[in-house]
This record gives sequence, C-alpha cells and structure tokens, in this order.
Amino acid sequence: MRAMIALLSGTIFGSGLALSGMADPMRVRRFLDLFGAWDPTLAFVMGGAILPMALAWSMQRRMAKPLACNTFNLPQTQKLDGRLALGAVLFGIGWGIAGLCPGPALADLALAPRSALIFVGAMLIGVAAHRLTTK
Amino acid sequence: MLPGFPHAMPVAGFIGGLMIGVAAALMLLGLGRIAGVSGLLARATGLADGGAPRAVAAAFVIGLPLGAWIVAQVHGPVATTFPAPLTLTLGGLIVGYGTRLGSGCTSGHGVCGLSRLSKRSMIATALFMASGFVSVGLIRALGGM
Repeated sequence: MRAMIALLSGTIFGSGLALSGMADPMRVRRFLDLFGAWDPTLAFVMGGAILPMALAWSMQRRMAKPLACNTFNLPQTQKLDGRLALGAVLFGIGWGIAGLCPGPALADLALAPRSALIFVGAMLIGVAAHRLTTK
Repeated sequence: MLPGFPHAMPVAGFIGGLMIGVAAALMLLGLGRIAGVSGLLARATGLADGGAPRAVAAAFVIGLPLGAWIVAQVHGPVATTFPAPLTLTLGGLIVGYGTRLGSGCTSGHGVCGLSRLSKRSMIATALFMASGFVSVGLIRALGGM
C-alpha cells in the first residue's frame, strides 16, 4: 500500500516533469542563461508546484499522522551551516553545466535513455563519493 | 506563448508544476515524507542510511521515468536536447555530490522546503539558483552556450 502510494506519487511527479518541459536540459539551461534568449518556463513550474504544497503543509499542521503511516518523518534540522551552503552551490554548478537535476534526469531515463544514463551513472558516483568521504 | 520569450511554455509549465506539487503533497499527506528526489534516490540505491523505507523510495524513483513514459505515449514525443557525454558526466558527478552535501535538490529544497517556509531550504534554493545562473553565465562567456 505504502509503496503503491509512492509509485503513484513518483508517476505523477514524472508526468509533471515531462509535461512542463523540465525534462529538457536545454530548456533548463535557457532558464539559467540570463544573457541569452531567456526562457522563464521554470518559474511557472515552480509556482505551480508550490501552490498545492503550501496547501498540503497547512493541512499537515492539523493532522496527527499521515493518511497511510503512523508518523510524519520530516526534516527537523534548523542549522544553517557550511555543508548546506557548499552543497547547494556545488549542486547549482552541476545543474548549470548539464541542465539536469535529479528528478528530470530520472524521468529522462524513459525519454532519452543513453544520455540520461550517463548523467544518472555519474550522479550516483557523486552520491557514493559523498557517502565515502563523510561520516 | 509569452510575448518576448519565444521558448516559454507558461501554461504547460504551470500545469506540469501543479502535478509536481500534487505528487509531493501525496507523499507528505499520505506517507508523511518529503518528496526529495536526491534523498529518495540515495535511499533506493542503498547509498543512504535512514530515511524512507527502501521499497517506498524505490517505488517513487521508478515512478519518475514511468510518468514521463506515459506522457510520451499519450501526449506525443517529449523534446529533449542533451549536452555532450563529457558535460553530462561532469555535471552528474557534481550534482550527485552537491545534493547529498546540501541535503536536497530542486524538489526537496525548492518545492517542498520553500512551501514549508524552511529557512534552510530558502538559503539552499537561493544559493543553487545563484550558482546555476553564474555557471551558465560563465559557460556563455567562454563560448559554450
């Protein structure tokens, strides 16, 4: 049941990525390219995604537990540290270089498997490198 | 079409965005978890301890290409233009490392964190947007766009 909900969520998420144009690395790079033919689509996607989530957070605050689980498991960290900052800056650099972040890269496995596999493979090596170098 | 922005897809972007938000809301209200793709991928591949049960993480991750595949079947081909393999490799390595170090990506910090008004996510999102703009600006300055 829980895995089915996660599968449904991932499927809706992946459909949204494909429909919104965010599965196209070129479109994402055009959003980040302020000095070129700027493409603002990503801002509309972000706006569209934040609306239902803002509503969901206001519902969450009034719920004792999620619909299909016993507890909410949400990030509690409040710490603003160098890891957060450096990680975000690095992520932005990679995002700009390739035009891909993790969600679209995984969705693209179905649309352009050869290119997407290269990025996803490299991304997993990056994830493993982080695991090996931090405690 | 958006006047002045020949490539923009504001309506499709907004509708696709709503779907992404609904998907994240389903994870939050159904399973009590953040739909953060970088974290769920690390969990699904056994590269993170703790977090969502592995079956839940794997199911979400499998859903992403499944959803894109359904759109391609129902709606027609989805345009994608990728950079060269070496660029993809470099970008992928940095994205993988950076998203784990910074505890999130566009979905976890951007969609889920901003809507929660999380200070960490606001700072992370501002930083990765800024460094994305700067890195593409530098690539353009070096003749790569």
